[in-house]
Amino acid sequence: MTNAHAEAPRPALSKVGTLARCAVIGGVLVAITGSFAYLGGWLTPKDLTPAEFADEFERVAGVHAGFRRNHAKGVGVSGFFDSNGAGARLSKATVFHVGRVPVTGRFSLAGGQPSMADAPETIRGLGLKFSLPDGEQWRTAMNSIPVFLVNTPAAFYERLVALEPDPATGKPDPAKMKAFLASHPEAMRAMQIISSHPPASGFANSTYSSLNAFFFVTTDGVSTPVRLQLVPLDAFEPAATPLSAPENKNYLFDALIGRMHQGPVLWHLILVVGQPGDPTNDATVPWPESRERVDAGTLTLSVVETEETSVAQDINFDPLVLPAGIVPSDDPLLSARSAVYSQSFTRRAGETKKPSAVPSAEAGK
Amino acid sequence: MTTERRQFTAFSRLLHWLMAPMVLSMLCIGVAMVVSVANYHRLVSMHRPLGIAILILVVIRYVNRKLHPPPPFPPTMSVQERRAATASEMMLYGLLFALPVVGWGMLSAAGYPIVLYSSLHLPSILPYNLMLYALLRKAHTFLAYLLFLMFIAHVGAILFHTLIVRDGILLRMAPRNIRAQEKDSPSGAGGKSGETSDETGG
Repeated sequence: MTNAHAEAPRPALSKVGTLARCAVIGGVLVAITGSFAYLGGWLTPKDLTPAEFADEFERVAGVHAGFRRNHAKGVGVSGFFDSNGAGARLSKATVFHVGRVPVTGRFSLAGGQPSMADAPETIRGLGLKFSLPDGEQWRTAMNSIPVFLVNTPAAFYERLVALEPDPATGKPDPAKMKAFLASHPEAMRAMQIISSHPPASGFANSTYSSLNAFFFVTTDGVSTPVRLQLVPLDAFEPAATPLSAPENKNYLFDALIGRMHQGPVLWHLILVVGQPGDPTNDATVPWPESRERVDAGTLTLSVVETEETSVAQDINFDPLVLPAGIVPSDDPLLSARSAVYSQSFTRRAGETKKPSAVPSAEAGK
Repeated sequence: MTTERRQFTAFSRLLHWLMAPMVLSMLCIGVAMVVSVANYHRLVSMHRPLGIAILILVVIRYVNRKLHPPPPFPPTMSVQERRAATASEMMLYGLLFALPVVGWGMLSAAGYPIVLYSSLHLPSILPYNLMLYALLRKAHTFLAYLLFLMFIAHVGAILFHTLIVRDGILLRMAPRNIRAQEKDSPSGAGGKSGETSDETGG
Protein backbone atom coordinates (compact mmCIF):
# COMPACT_ATOMS: atom_id res chain seq x y z
CA MET A 1 0.00 0.00 0.00
CA THR A 2 1.27 3.39 -0.85
CA ASN A 3 1.65 6.33 1.40
CA ALA A 4 1.25 8.68 -1.49
CA HIS A 5 -1.81 10.24 0.01
CA ALA A 6 0.02 11.21 3.13
CA GLU A 7 -1.28 14.40 4.49
CA ALA A 8 1.58 14.83 6.92
CA PRO A 9 4.89 16.11 5.58
CA ARG A 10 7.31 13.49 4.31
CA PRO A 11 10.69 12.97 5.92
CA ALA A 12 13.12 15.38 4.35
CA LEU A 13 15.05 14.25 1.28
CA SER A 14 18.78 13.98 1.58
CA LYS A 15 20.77 16.72 -0.10
CA VAL A 16 21.91 14.30 -2.79
CA GLY A 17 18.37 12.99 -3.24
CA THR A 18 17.00 16.51 -3.70
CA LEU A 19 19.71 17.38 -6.18
CA ALA A 20 19.15 14.17 -8.12
CA ARG A 21 15.43 14.82 -8.31
CA CYS A 22 15.96 18.41 -9.36
CA ALA A 23 18.29 17.12 -12.07
CA VAL A 24 15.58 14.73 -13.29
CA ILE A 25 13.04 17.56 -13.47
CA GLY A 26 15.50 19.84 -15.22
CA GLY A 27 16.45 17.03 -17.59
CA VAL A 28 12.83 16.39 -18.56
CA LEU A 29 12.14 20.07 -19.20
CA VAL A 30 15.36 20.55 -21.15
CA ALA A 31 14.59 17.45 -23.23
CA ILE A 32 11.11 18.71 -24.13
CA THR A 33 12.35 22.22 -24.89
CA GLY A 34 15.31 20.85 -26.84
CA SER A 35 13.09 18.62 -28.97
CA PHE A 36 10.81 21.57 -29.62
CA ALA A 37 13.78 23.73 -30.60
CA TYR A 38 15.14 21.00 -32.85
CA LEU A 39 11.79 20.56 -34.62
CA GLY A 40 11.53 24.32 -34.98
CA GLY A 41 14.88 24.39 -36.77
CA TRP A 42 16.72 26.48 -34.19
CA LEU A 43 19.47 23.89 -33.86
CA THR A 44 19.93 23.53 -37.63
CA PRO A 45 20.03 27.11 -38.90
CA LYS A 46 21.57 26.07 -42.23
CA ASP A 47 18.57 23.98 -43.29
CA LEU A 48 16.50 25.47 -46.09
CA THR A 49 13.22 26.81 -44.78
CA PRO A 50 10.31 28.45 -46.58
CA ALA A 51 11.45 31.75 -45.05
CA GLU A 52 14.94 31.24 -46.49
CA PHE A 53 13.43 30.75 -49.96
CA ALA A 54 11.40 33.94 -49.61
CA ASP A 55 14.50 35.78 -48.36
CA GLU A 56 16.42 34.58 -51.41
CA PHE A 57 13.67 35.80 -53.73
CA GLU A 58 14.00 39.15 -51.97
CA ARG A 59 17.78 39.15 -52.42
CA VAL A 60 17.34 38.53 -56.14
CA ALA A 61 14.54 41.01 -56.84
CA GLY A 62 14.42 43.31 -53.83
CA VAL A 63 11.53 43.69 -51.40
CA HIS A 64 8.37 45.03 -53.00
CA ALA A 65 5.84 45.52 -50.25
CA GLY A 66 2.51 43.85 -50.82
CA PHE A 67 3.61 41.94 -53.89
CA ARG A 68 4.20 38.23 -54.37
CA ARG A 69 7.86 37.29 -53.91
CA ASN A 70 7.74 35.62 -57.29
CA HIS A 71 5.42 36.27 -60.22
CA ALA A 72 5.05 39.77 -58.79
CA LYS A 73 3.73 41.38 -61.99
CA GLY A 74 0.29 40.31 -63.06
CA VAL A 75 -3.36 40.98 -63.77
CA GLY A 76 -6.49 39.32 -62.42
CA VAL A 77 -8.96 37.50 -64.63
CA SER A 78 -12.19 35.63 -64.16
CA GLY A 79 -14.47 33.34 -66.05
CA PHE A 80 -15.59 29.75 -65.80
CA PHE A 81 -14.72 26.17 -66.59
CA ASP A 82 -17.14 24.01 -68.54
CA SER A 83 -16.47 20.36 -67.85
CA ASN A 84 -17.52 17.90 -70.53
CA GLY A 85 -17.44 14.97 -68.10
CA ALA A 86 -14.49 13.21 -69.75
CA GLY A 87 -12.24 13.79 -66.73
CA ALA A 88 -14.63 11.88 -64.46
CA ARG A 89 -13.13 8.63 -65.75
CA LEU A 90 -9.87 9.57 -63.98
CA SER A 91 -11.02 11.56 -60.96
CA LYS A 92 -14.06 11.75 -58.72
CA ALA A 93 -13.45 15.52 -58.25
CA THR A 94 -16.71 17.41 -58.74
CA VAL A 95 -14.93 19.80 -61.11
CA PHE A 96 -15.02 16.97 -63.69
CA HIS A 97 -18.77 16.37 -63.46
CA VAL A 98 -20.55 17.78 -66.49
CA GLY A 99 -21.27 21.42 -65.74
CA ARG A 100 -19.84 24.85 -65.13
CA VAL A 101 -17.83 26.18 -62.20
CA PRO A 102 -16.65 29.78 -61.69
CA VAL A 103 -12.93 30.47 -61.99
CA THR A 104 -10.78 33.31 -60.72
CA GLY A 105 -7.27 33.56 -62.10
CA ARG A 106 -4.16 35.61 -62.58
CA PHE A 107 -1.75 35.98 -65.47
CA SER A 108 1.76 36.82 -64.38
CA LEU A 109 5.39 36.95 -65.34
CA ALA A 110 8.00 35.01 -63.40
CA GLY A 111 10.26 37.19 -61.31
CA GLY A 112 10.00 39.18 -58.14
CA GLN A 113 9.91 42.70 -59.61
CA PRO A 114 6.38 44.03 -60.04
CA SER A 115 7.44 46.78 -62.43
CA MET A 116 9.83 44.86 -64.64
CA ALA A 117 9.53 45.21 -68.39
CA ASP A 118 7.65 42.48 -70.24
CA ALA A 119 9.98 40.26 -72.23
CA PRO A 120 9.04 37.41 -74.56
CA GLU A 121 11.35 34.87 -72.98
CA THR A 122 10.16 35.51 -69.42
CA ILE A 123 8.14 32.55 -68.17
CA ARG A 124 4.42 33.34 -68.09
CA GLY A 125 2.24 32.05 -65.30
CA LEU A 126 -1.47 31.37 -65.03
CA GLY A 127 -2.86 30.78 -61.55
CA LEU A 128 -6.43 29.48 -61.31
CA LYS A 129 -8.92 28.98 -58.53
CA PHE A 130 -11.89 26.77 -59.38
CA SER A 131 -14.74 27.37 -56.94
CA LEU A 132 -16.51 24.03 -56.62
CA PRO A 133 -19.91 23.34 -55.05
CA ASP A 134 -20.13 23.34 -51.22
CA GLY A 135 -17.08 25.54 -50.75
CA GLU A 136 -14.57 23.06 -52.11
CA GLN A 137 -11.71 24.58 -54.11
CA TRP A 138 -9.13 23.58 -56.62
CA ARG A 139 -6.14 25.84 -57.15
CA THR A 140 -3.36 25.49 -59.65
CA ALA A 141 -0.43 27.59 -60.78
CA MET A 142 0.68 26.70 -64.29
CA ASN A 143 3.55 27.98 -66.40
CA SER A 144 4.25 28.54 -70.10
CA ILE A 145 7.13 26.06 -70.24
CA PRO A 146 6.90 22.34 -71.10
CA VAL A 147 9.07 21.15 -68.19
CA PHE A 148 10.34 22.83 -65.04
CA LEU A 149 13.84 24.26 -64.64
CA VAL A 150 14.90 22.01 -61.75
CA ASN A 151 13.59 18.91 -60.02
CA THR A 152 14.34 19.55 -56.33
CA PRO A 153 13.76 22.45 -53.93
CA ALA A 154 17.49 22.58 -53.14
CA ALA A 155 18.39 22.97 -56.82
CA PHE A 156 15.74 25.67 -57.16
CA TYR A 157 17.39 27.52 -54.29
CA GLU A 158 20.85 27.15 -55.85
CA ARG A 159 19.49 28.47 -59.12
CA LEU A 160 18.05 31.49 -57.33
CA VAL A 161 21.41 32.18 -55.69
CA ALA A 162 22.99 32.13 -59.16
CA LEU A 163 20.50 34.83 -60.20
CA GLU A 164 21.43 37.21 -57.37
CA PRO A 165 22.53 40.54 -58.81
CA ASP A 166 26.24 41.21 -58.74
CA PRO A 167 26.78 44.27 -56.51
CA ALA A 168 29.17 45.74 -59.09
CA THR A 169 26.92 45.53 -62.14
CA GLY A 170 23.48 45.21 -60.58
CA LYS A 171 22.92 42.25 -62.87
CA PRO A 172 23.27 38.49 -62.38
CA ASP A 173 26.70 37.12 -63.11
CA PRO A 174 26.35 34.81 -66.16
CA ALA A 175 29.30 32.75 -64.92
CA LYS A 176 27.29 31.75 -61.85
CA MET A 177 24.39 30.45 -63.94
CA LYS A 178 26.88 28.61 -66.14
CA ALA A 179 28.41 26.99 -63.07
CA PHE A 180 24.96 26.08 -61.77
CA LEU A 181 23.99 24.42 -65.05
CA ALA A 182 27.31 22.61 -65.22
CA SER A 183 26.68 21.06 -61.83
CA HIS A 184 23.02 20.27 -62.62
CA PRO A 185 22.76 18.27 -65.84
CA GLU A 186 19.00 17.84 -65.26
CA ALA A 187 18.62 21.64 -65.32
CA MET A 188 20.74 21.83 -68.48
CA ARG A 189 18.54 19.22 -70.19
CA ALA A 190 15.42 21.09 -69.08
CA MET A 191 16.81 24.36 -70.50
CA GLN A 192 17.38 22.62 -73.84
CA ILE A 193 13.80 21.32 -73.90
CA ILE A 194 12.45 24.73 -72.98
CA SER A 195 14.48 26.51 -75.67
CA SER A 196 13.22 24.03 -78.28
CA HIS A 197 9.66 25.26 -77.50
CA PRO A 198 9.79 28.93 -78.47
CA PRO A 199 7.40 31.19 -76.55
CA ALA A 200 4.10 32.25 -78.10
CA SER A 201 3.50 35.86 -79.04
CA GLY A 202 1.26 36.56 -76.05
CA PHE A 203 -0.46 35.34 -72.91
CA ALA A 204 -3.65 34.42 -74.76
CA ASN A 205 -2.08 31.92 -77.19
CA SER A 206 0.35 30.33 -74.73
CA THR A 207 0.11 26.76 -73.53
CA TYR A 208 0.37 26.44 -69.75
CA SER A 209 1.51 23.30 -67.92
CA SER A 210 1.18 22.12 -64.35
CA LEU A 211 4.78 20.83 -64.63
CA ASN A 212 4.32 18.73 -61.50
CA ALA A 213 2.32 15.52 -61.63
CA PHE A 214 -0.72 14.76 -59.50
CA PHE A 215 -2.60 11.57 -58.81
CA PHE A 216 -6.20 11.55 -59.97
CA VAL A 217 -8.35 9.23 -57.88
CA THR A 218 -11.71 7.70 -58.83
CA THR A 219 -14.52 6.76 -56.45
CA ASP A 220 -13.23 3.18 -56.69
CA GLY A 221 -9.86 4.35 -55.42
CA VAL A 222 -8.08 3.87 -58.76
CA SER A 223 -5.16 6.29 -58.87
CA THR A 224 -3.63 7.62 -62.11
CA PRO A 225 -0.67 9.98 -62.56
CA VAL A 226 -1.73 13.08 -64.46
CA ARG A 227 -0.02 16.23 -65.69
CA LEU A 228 -2.22 19.15 -66.69
CA GLN A 229 -2.06 21.39 -69.71
CA LEU A 230 -4.08 24.36 -70.83
CA VAL A 231 -4.00 24.49 -74.61
CA PRO A 232 -5.22 27.78 -76.14
CA LEU A 233 -7.88 28.02 -78.83
CA ASP A 234 -6.16 31.16 -80.06
CA ALA A 235 -3.67 30.13 -82.75
CA PHE A 236 -0.04 29.82 -81.75
CA GLU A 237 2.22 32.48 -83.18
CA PRO A 238 5.85 32.57 -82.21
CA ALA A 239 7.16 35.60 -80.39
CA ALA A 240 8.98 37.99 -82.71
CA THR A 241 12.56 36.87 -83.36
CA PRO A 242 15.17 37.66 -82.33
CA LEU A 243 13.65 37.73 -78.86
CA SER A 244 13.50 41.36 -77.98
CA ALA A 245 10.97 43.38 -76.07
CA PRO A 246 9.21 46.28 -77.75
CA GLU A 247 9.41 49.75 -76.22
CA ASN A 248 6.21 49.41 -74.19
CA LYS A 249 7.25 47.69 -70.99
CA ASN A 250 3.74 46.32 -70.51
CA TYR A 251 3.28 45.14 -74.09
CA LEU A 252 2.40 41.54 -73.14
CA PHE A 253 -0.19 42.59 -70.56
CA ASP A 254 -1.57 45.32 -72.83
CA ALA A 255 -1.98 42.78 -75.62
CA LEU A 256 -3.78 40.39 -73.25
CA ILE A 257 -6.09 43.14 -72.03
CA GLY A 258 -6.81 44.21 -75.61
CA ARG A 259 -7.48 40.60 -76.60
CA MET A 260 -9.85 40.05 -73.69
CA HIS A 261 -11.78 43.21 -74.51
CA GLN A 262 -12.43 41.73 -77.96
CA GLY A 263 -14.00 38.65 -76.42
CA PRO A 264 -13.44 35.72 -74.07
CA VAL A 265 -10.22 33.72 -74.39
CA LEU A 266 -10.52 29.93 -74.25
CA TRP A 267 -8.29 27.00 -73.39
CA HIS A 268 -8.80 23.23 -73.42
CA LEU A 269 -7.95 21.62 -70.10
CA ILE A 270 -5.95 18.57 -71.12
CA LEU A 271 -5.23 15.74 -68.69
CA VAL A 272 -2.05 14.01 -69.82
CA VAL A 273 -2.31 10.45 -68.52
CA GLY A 274 0.94 8.97 -67.24
CA GLN A 275 1.94 5.34 -67.74
CA PRO A 276 3.89 3.15 -65.33
CA GLY A 277 7.49 4.31 -65.47
CA ASP A 278 6.68 7.92 -66.35
CA PRO A 279 8.42 10.01 -63.69
CA THR A 280 6.01 11.67 -61.28
CA ASN A 281 8.79 13.04 -59.07
CA ASP A 282 10.88 14.80 -61.72
CA ALA A 283 9.37 17.92 -63.28
CA THR A 284 12.38 18.36 -65.61
CA VAL A 285 11.59 15.20 -67.58
CA PRO A 286 8.83 15.30 -70.22
CA TRP A 287 6.50 12.35 -70.61
CA PRO A 288 6.44 10.71 -74.04
CA GLU A 289 4.42 12.59 -76.66
CA SER A 290 2.33 9.47 -77.24
CA ARG A 291 0.66 9.66 -73.83
CA GLU A 292 -3.12 9.74 -73.83
CA ARG A 293 -4.54 13.25 -73.63
CA VAL A 294 -8.02 13.61 -72.17
CA ASP A 295 -9.76 16.88 -73.02
CA ALA A 296 -11.71 17.53 -69.80
CA GLY A 297 -13.41 20.73 -70.86
CA THR A 298 -12.99 24.38 -71.71
CA LEU A 299 -11.65 27.23 -69.61
CA THR A 300 -13.19 30.56 -70.57
CA LEU A 301 -11.62 33.76 -69.26
CA SER A 302 -13.77 36.76 -70.05
CA VAL A 303 -13.02 39.50 -67.52
CA VAL A 304 -9.65 41.14 -66.89
CA GLU A 305 -8.88 43.48 -64.03
CA THR A 306 -5.79 45.09 -62.57
CA GLU A 307 -4.56 43.92 -59.25
CA GLU A 308 -6.04 46.88 -57.40
CA THR A 309 -9.55 45.77 -58.19
CA SER A 310 -9.19 42.04 -58.78
CA VAL A 311 -9.92 39.51 -56.08
CA ALA A 312 -7.08 37.45 -57.57
CA GLN A 313 -4.70 39.72 -55.68
CA ASP A 314 -5.81 38.09 -52.43
CA ILE A 315 -5.46 34.51 -53.65
CA ASN A 316 -2.48 32.31 -52.93
CA PHE A 317 -2.43 30.01 -55.97
CA ASP A 318 -1.10 27.15 -53.87
CA PRO A 319 -1.04 24.07 -56.13
CA LEU A 320 -1.78 21.85 -53.14
CA VAL A 321 -5.22 23.31 -52.49
CA LEU A 322 -6.86 20.28 -54.05
CA PRO A 323 -10.40 18.90 -54.16
CA ALA A 324 -11.23 15.33 -53.16
CA GLY A 325 -10.21 13.23 -56.17
CA ILE A 326 -6.83 14.90 -56.78
CA VAL A 327 -3.86 14.20 -54.51
CA PRO A 328 -0.24 15.32 -54.65
CA SER A 329 2.32 13.10 -56.36
CA ASP A 330 5.73 12.30 -54.90
CA ASP A 331 7.22 15.34 -56.66
CA PRO A 332 9.25 17.13 -53.94
CA LEU A 333 8.61 20.48 -55.61
CA LEU A 334 4.91 20.36 -54.70
CA SER A 335 5.30 20.57 -50.94
CA ALA A 336 8.03 23.18 -51.41
CA ARG A 337 5.80 25.29 -53.64
CA SER A 338 3.00 25.09 -51.10
CA ALA A 339 5.37 26.07 -48.27
CA VAL A 340 7.09 28.93 -50.07
CA TYR A 341 3.90 30.33 -51.61
CA SER A 342 2.40 30.34 -48.14
CA GLN A 343 5.43 32.19 -46.77
CA SER A 344 5.22 34.77 -49.57
CA PHE A 345 1.48 35.13 -49.05
CA THR A 346 1.86 35.68 -45.32
CA ARG A 347 4.57 38.31 -45.85
CA ARG A 348 2.65 40.31 -48.42
CA ALA A 349 -0.66 40.00 -46.54
CA GLY A 350 0.74 42.16 -43.75
CA GLU A 351 2.24 44.77 -46.06
CA THR A 352 0.69 47.86 -47.63
CA LYS A 353 0.80 47.49 -51.37
CA LYS A 354 1.80 50.11 -53.91
CA PRO A 355 -0.20 50.30 -57.15
CA SER A 356 0.44 47.59 -59.67
CA ALA A 357 2.73 48.23 -62.61
CA VAL A 358 -0.02 47.40 -65.08
CA PRO A 359 -2.11 50.58 -64.95
CA SER A 360 -5.77 50.28 -64.13
CA ALA A 361 -6.66 52.51 -67.11
CA GLU A 362 -5.43 49.76 -69.39
CA ALA A 363 -7.50 47.00 -67.87
CA GLY A 364 -10.55 49.16 -67.28
CA LYS A 365 -10.97 50.04 -70.95
CA MET B 1 -20.63 10.47 -1.87
CA THR B 2 -19.65 10.45 1.78
CA THR B 3 -15.92 10.41 1.21
CA GLU B 4 -14.21 13.34 -0.35
CA ARG B 5 -13.25 12.69 -3.98
CA ARG B 6 -9.48 12.65 -4.45
CA GLN B 7 -9.35 12.14 -8.17
CA PHE B 8 -10.77 13.81 -11.20
CA THR B 9 -13.68 11.77 -12.53
CA ALA B 10 -12.74 8.90 -14.81
CA PHE B 11 -14.10 10.82 -17.81
CA SER B 12 -12.05 13.90 -16.90
CA ARG B 13 -8.91 11.79 -16.63
CA LEU B 14 -9.67 10.08 -19.94
CA LEU B 15 -10.01 13.48 -21.62
CA HIS B 16 -6.78 14.71 -20.02
CA TRP B 17 -4.67 11.76 -21.14
CA LEU B 18 -6.30 11.70 -24.54
CA MET B 19 -5.55 15.36 -25.12
CA ALA B 20 -2.05 15.47 -23.61
CA PRO B 21 -0.35 13.61 -26.50
CA MET B 22 -2.58 15.41 -29.01
CA VAL B 23 -1.51 18.82 -27.71
CA LEU B 24 2.15 17.85 -27.53
CA SER B 25 1.98 16.46 -31.10
CA MET B 26 0.21 19.61 -32.22
CA LEU B 27 2.92 21.85 -30.78
CA CYS B 28 5.60 19.73 -32.45
CA ILE B 29 3.78 19.62 -35.81
CA GLY B 30 3.14 23.35 -35.69
CA VAL B 31 6.70 24.36 -34.94
CA ALA B 32 8.10 21.87 -37.47
CA MET B 33 5.77 22.63 -40.36
CA VAL B 34 6.54 26.34 -40.54
CA VAL B 35 10.22 25.58 -41.19
CA SER B 36 9.68 22.47 -43.30
CA VAL B 37 9.92 22.43 -47.07
CA ALA B 38 9.77 18.70 -47.78
CA ASN B 39 7.05 17.82 -45.27
CA TYR B 40 5.14 21.06 -45.18
CA HIS B 41 2.04 19.79 -46.91
CA ARG B 42 1.92 16.52 -44.97
CA LEU B 43 2.25 18.36 -41.65
CA VAL B 44 -0.32 21.04 -42.51
CA SER B 45 -2.74 18.29 -43.54
CA MET B 46 -2.41 16.78 -40.05
CA HIS B 47 -2.38 20.13 -38.25
CA ARG B 48 -5.88 21.21 -39.34
CA PRO B 49 -7.95 18.13 -38.36
CA LEU B 50 -5.94 17.63 -35.16
CA GLY B 51 -6.58 21.25 -34.19
CA ILE B 52 -10.29 20.89 -34.76
CA ALA B 53 -10.33 17.65 -32.74
CA ILE B 54 -8.63 19.49 -29.86
CA LEU B 55 -11.18 22.30 -30.15
CA ILE B 56 -14.07 19.84 -29.84
CA LEU B 57 -12.43 18.01 -26.94
CA VAL B 58 -11.59 21.17 -25.00
CA VAL B 59 -15.20 22.35 -25.21
CA ILE B 60 -16.37 18.95 -23.91
CA ARG B 61 -13.71 19.15 -21.26
CA TYR B 62 -14.71 22.61 -20.09
CA VAL B 63 -18.37 21.61 -19.79
CA ASN B 64 -17.31 18.45 -17.98
CA ARG B 65 -15.21 20.49 -15.55
CA LYS B 66 -18.17 22.75 -14.79
CA LEU B 67 -20.32 19.67 -14.13
CA HIS B 68 -17.63 17.84 -12.16
CA PRO B 69 -15.37 20.29 -10.33
CA PRO B 70 -11.80 19.14 -9.72
CA PRO B 71 -10.85 17.36 -6.49
CA PRO B 72 -9.14 19.45 -3.83
CA PHE B 73 -5.47 20.31 -4.15
CA PRO B 74 -3.09 18.56 -1.74
CA PRO B 75 -2.67 20.35 1.59
CA THR B 76 0.97 21.02 0.74
CA MET B 77 -0.18 23.80 -1.54
CA SER B 78 -0.63 27.30 -0.19
CA VAL B 79 -3.61 29.46 -1.08
CA GLN B 80 -1.47 31.40 -3.56
CA GLU B 81 -0.21 28.19 -5.15
CA ARG B 82 -3.75 26.91 -5.52
CA ARG B 83 -4.84 30.16 -7.12
CA ALA B 84 -1.87 30.08 -9.49
CA ALA B 85 -2.55 26.43 -10.34
CA THR B 86 -6.24 27.08 -11.06
CA ALA B 87 -5.41 30.18 -13.09
CA SER B 88 -2.85 28.29 -15.16
CA GLU B 89 -5.36 25.49 -15.77
CA MET B 90 -7.90 28.02 -16.96
CA MET B 91 -5.27 29.59 -19.18
CA LEU B 92 -4.51 26.19 -20.70
CA TYR B 93 -8.22 25.71 -21.41
CA GLY B 94 -8.35 29.18 -22.91
CA LEU B 95 -5.33 28.57 -25.15
CA LEU B 96 -6.54 25.15 -26.27
CA PHE B 97 -9.78 26.83 -27.28
CA ALA B 98 -8.28 29.99 -28.76
CA LEU B 99 -5.55 28.41 -30.87
CA PRO B 100 -7.82 26.29 -33.10
CA VAL B 101 -10.39 29.11 -33.33
CA VAL B 102 -7.69 31.62 -34.35
CA GLY B 103 -6.31 29.06 -36.81
CA TRP B 104 -9.76 28.50 -38.28
CA GLY B 105 -10.39 32.24 -38.43
CA MET B 106 -7.03 32.94 -40.01
CA LEU B 107 -7.60 30.41 -42.80
CA SER B 108 -11.05 31.93 -43.31
CA ALA B 109 -9.63 35.45 -43.60
CA ALA B 110 -7.04 34.17 -46.12
CA GLY B 111 -9.78 32.63 -48.26
CA TYR B 112 -8.39 29.12 -47.96
CA PRO B 113 -10.78 26.20 -47.91
CA ILE B 114 -10.56 24.69 -44.41
CA VAL B 115 -10.05 21.09 -45.47
CA LEU B 116 -10.14 18.46 -42.74
CA TYR B 117 -9.99 15.35 -44.86
CA SER B 118 -10.72 14.77 -48.52
CA SER B 119 -13.91 16.70 -49.29
CA LEU B 120 -14.73 17.27 -45.60
CA HIS B 121 -14.20 20.93 -44.84
CA LEU B 122 -15.40 23.61 -42.47
CA PRO B 123 -17.23 26.81 -43.37
CA SER B 124 -15.46 30.15 -43.31
CA ILE B 125 -15.98 32.05 -40.04
CA LEU B 126 -14.48 35.41 -41.02
CA PRO B 127 -14.60 37.75 -44.03
CA TYR B 128 -11.90 37.51 -46.69
CA ASN B 129 -9.37 40.10 -45.50
CA LEU B 130 -5.62 39.79 -45.89
CA MET B 131 -4.74 42.29 -43.14
CA LEU B 132 -6.94 40.33 -40.77
CA TYR B 133 -5.20 37.16 -41.91
CA ALA B 134 -1.77 38.68 -41.26
CA LEU B 135 -2.84 39.74 -37.77
CA LEU B 136 -4.36 36.37 -36.87
CA ARG B 137 -1.37 34.54 -38.31
CA LYS B 138 0.89 36.43 -35.88
CA ALA B 139 -1.55 35.84 -33.03
CA HIS B 140 -1.55 32.11 -33.80
CA THR B 141 2.23 31.94 -33.44
CA PHE B 142 2.23 34.05 -30.28
CA LEU B 143 -0.49 31.93 -28.62
CA ALA B 144 1.30 28.74 -29.66
CA TYR B 145 4.53 29.81 -27.94
CA LEU B 146 2.49 30.82 -24.91
CA LEU B 147 0.86 27.39 -24.90
CA PHE B 148 4.28 25.79 -25.07
CA LEU B 149 5.44 27.82 -22.06
CA MET B 150 2.27 26.89 -20.15
CA PHE B 151 2.78 23.26 -21.08
CA ILE B 152 6.37 23.34 -19.77
CA ALA B 153 5.26 25.12 -16.59
CA HIS B 154 2.51 22.55 -16.08
CA VAL B 155 4.87 19.58 -16.51
CA GLY B 156 7.51 21.28 -14.34
CA ALA B 157 5.07 22.01 -11.52
CA ILE B 158 3.70 18.47 -11.52
CA LEU B 159 7.21 17.01 -11.50
CA PHE B 160 8.22 19.34 -8.68
CA HIS B 161 5.25 18.28 -6.56
CA THR B 162 5.73 14.63 -7.41
CA LEU B 163 9.47 14.35 -6.88
CA ILE B 164 10.38 17.08 -4.41
CA VAL B 165 7.27 17.89 -2.38
CA ARG B 166 6.02 14.33 -2.78
CA ASP B 167 2.39 15.17 -2.12
CA GLY B 168 0.98 12.69 -4.61
CA ILE B 169 -0.56 15.42 -6.74
CA LEU B 170 -0.35 13.24 -9.82
CA LEU B 171 -2.81 10.81 -8.23
CA ARG B 172 -5.57 13.31 -8.90
CA MET B 173 -5.05 12.63 -12.60
CA ALA B 174 -3.74 9.05 -12.41
CA PRO B 175 -5.18 6.92 -15.20
CA ARG B 176 -6.21 4.16 -12.77
CA ASN B 177 -8.73 4.52 -10.01
CA ILE B 178 -7.42 5.04 -6.51
CA ARG B 179 -9.70 3.29 -4.06
CA ALA B 180 -11.30 5.46 -1.43
CA GLN B 181 -9.76 3.57 1.48
CA GLU B 182 -6.31 4.53 0.38
CA LYS B 183 -7.19 7.94 1.61
CA ASP B 184 -7.14 6.55 5.12
CA SER B 185 -3.92 4.62 4.77
CA PRO B 186 -1.37 5.54 7.40
CA SER B 187 0.84 8.35 6.42
CA GLY B 188 4.57 8.45 6.64
CA ALA B 189 4.96 4.68 6.65
CA GLY B 190 8.00 3.31 4.91
CA GLY B 191 9.31 6.76 4.20
CA LYS B 192 12.87 6.23 5.18
CA SER B 193 15.06 7.00 2.25
CA GLY B 194 13.78 8.75 -0.76
CA GLU B 195 10.57 6.78 -1.50
CA THR B 196 11.41 6.17 -5.04
CA SER B 197 8.51 4.64 -6.77
CA ASP B 198 5.03 4.90 -5.44
CA GLU B 199 4.20 8.51 -5.98
CA THR B 200 1.74 7.81 -8.71
CA GLY B 201 0.11 5.00 -6.85
CA GLY B 202 1.80 2.60 -9.27
